[in-house]
Amino acid sequence: MTVPNPHGPQSSQSPEAASSGAHPQSPAEAVASQPSVNLESAQHTRRAFLFKLSVALNAAVGIVLAVPLVGYFLGPAMRRSSTTGGWVPLGPLDKFPIGQTRIVEFRNPLATFDDGDTANTSAWVRRVSAQQFQVFAVNCAHLGCPVRWFPESRLFLCPCHGGAYYEDGTRASGPPERGLFEYRYRIDRNSLIIHAGDMPTLATQASCSEKNRPLVQITKPESEDDA
Amino acid sequence: MSLKRGSLAFYDWIERRLGLFKPMWTAASHPTPANNASWWYVFGSAATVLLLFQVVTGILLAFVYSPSANEAWSSLGLLNRAIPLGWYLRALHGWGSDFMVAIVLIHLAQVFLFGSYKFPRELTWIVGVLLLLLTLGMAFTGQVMRFDQDAYWGLGIGASIVSRVPWIGAPLVHLLLGGPIIGGATLTRFFALHVFILPGLLLLGVGVHIWMTLYHGVSDWPMPGRIVRKSTYEREYHELTEKTGIPFVPDAAWKDAVFAAAIILAVMACAFFFGPFGPTGTPDPTIIQTVPKPDFFFLWIYALLAFLPPAIETPFMLVVPVLVIAAMLVLPLVASEGERHWARRPIAVLSLAVIAVTLAIFTHLGTYTPWSPIMDAWSSAPIPPALLHNRTPLERQGALVLEDKQCRNCHSIGGSGGQRGPALDTVASRMTQDEIIHQVLQGGGNMPAYGNALSPAETAALVHFLTTLRGNDVAPAIDASRKVTNTDHGIKTQ
Repeated sequence: MTVPNPHGPQSSQSPEAASSGAHPQSPAEAVASQPSVNLESAQHTRRAFLFKLSVALNAAVGIVLAVPLVGYFLGPAMRRSSTTGGWVPLGPLDKFPIGQTRIVEFRNPLATFDDGDTANTSAWVRRVSAQQFQVFAVNCAHLGCPVRWFPESRLFLCPCHGGAYYEDGTRASGPPERGLFEYRYRIDRNSLIIHAGDMPTLATQASCSEKNRPLVQITKPESEDDA
Repeated sequence: MSLKRGSLAFYDWIERRLGLFKPMWTAASHPTPANNASWWYVFGSAATVLLLFQVVTGILLAFVYSPSANEAWSSLGLLNRAIPLGWYLRALHGWGSDFMVAIVLIHLAQVFLFGSYKFPRELTWIVGVLLLLLTLGMAFTGQVMRFDQDAYWGLGIGASIVSRVPWIGAPLVHLLLGGPIIGGATLTRFFALHVFILPGLLLLGVGVHIWMTLYHGVSDWPMPGRIVRKSTYEREYHELTEKTGIPFVPDAAWKDAVFAAAIILAVMACAFFFGPFGPTGTPDPTIIQTVPKPDFFFLWIYALLAFLPPAIETPFMLVVPVLVIAAMLVLPLVASEGERHWARRPIAVLSLAVIAVTLAIFTHLGTYTPWSPIMDAWSSAPIPPALLHNRTPLERQGALVLEDKQCRNCHSIGGSGGQRGPALDTVASRMTQDEIIHQVLQGGGNMPAYGNALSPAETAALVHFLTTLRGNDVAPAIDASRKVTNTDHGIKTQ
């Protein structure tokens, strides 16, 4: 048992000497300090060799063990975000009046058995015209907080850091670098269907089509969707 | 007497076979320079005591807590209401975490201020920096364990920050969340971090940290002019110990013990009187009527992220933390010798003061978030009646427009409303009518453009009302160039 040296390493020649003190030498030190040539030494080299061999063996076993463990650990990261997700119906088209923005709720198609409430998802659906929609993620493009729609001022506002977006999702002001994330959508007969999956962030966007929007945009007047 | 002899014999029997008590006593009672038996040297031991306190209360919580996204929130409710004293255990663990972060930060500041990180204690400091990061990691993952709205959106903020890493952003987000969304897999991996990985590393690190403290001895009280040199320090420390040494236990340690007891008492008092933290609403992301906020010790980051210009935000988030941590790790290597006393290290003292004041200011800002729009101010903050007296119908209509278009969410009048934009009480003394029109319709300077959201009639009414807002009959703002152009115009026509 090595006792902490009360006087620090200065009490003897070096920290190493201080820590080992007068205790029996460890095997490694014994090897280093006793190069005596005798029968034991010959056997010793054989044993030392066998020991090194066993270390190498354990290293090999360790690597074989580690590869699948690392694979297990990195499993979630291996999934390609473009292949995840699925199409989710949001309801009949007449749920969404032209020119208005409504909130919808849906269950994330990737939900598993123990996701609970967290797999519930909201999105803002803006019906631009009869056949034209914009479906925005509620997650702010800045840090993912839920944005709220204010129909009177036609702005999405974020409660966290004050990001603001115009009704078409483009950036209005605040810290976000870009507009709101948009889900891909299609219209099947009379119902609106979106492609959802990943939680929308800058790297895992709901839709990849809107990446290159300029930082500051001023919307042009749109006549058709003035409700 | 025979009882005493009996217990001594029992001790001898055990120690003969265990061989642990004697070396432990030798370690505990090692001589330490009398000048460091000070009330300034009690924070490290208090942090250790708090860690053990957190381990014990955490294990007790794990008896009940269910790390499943389905059940975690409900199990906290169970602890708060149904399990006898469950609320108290949650409160102890929550307040213990706040105290631990605080004490670790104070310990770090004290060691920095006293120059105790210098030779031969550089590695002790480096391990200490890692322990600070682990402590903050415990605080963040602990916030996730309280699986409520704040935890959910806090994870969202974490994922959004990680997503900004170039090229590998998406895999990192998935690795952090354990899948494509915040859900069951996220909670279980943060549970593993909070309960196994980080505490394991923390206990290991604290063991190494304390071992090094025993090995080198507790640093002596810094004196101006007593220079740390690698060639002489250990001899000087040894001589000081020889000359003035007192046994650490009990002569110095009683102060540690008293302080630790006071801290634990304070934790118990906070827990008893203020109760547990949350949980806030269920972690249901469809409840968007929420204002997410991190726990106290992350408020400064939350505030910082509101002030960074968009263009430098990503590089700042990704580069600056690395630089700060690297600087802390490298500090003892570049400044391993020299003066220890604060009176001879003005830059160190100034840096510490600047950092402390900065963190305090950002934390304070984080408590009332002036940058956040107040989402319901437009319907809850009335216009002061005085501002409506003697106004024309058009101007009063403008006041209605001001309310209806949510201007108050960001602009305050009469002290109520958001603080994201400037207060409007005296706007007309700063801006001319033309400037107000331009600002409202086109936005700019961090204000959205309202050209699309206002009809011409609404704009006219709003601007007319705003031009009446001049405070105590201050003169209206004047466009200095107007006089010149008017004069020019006059000359031409005459």
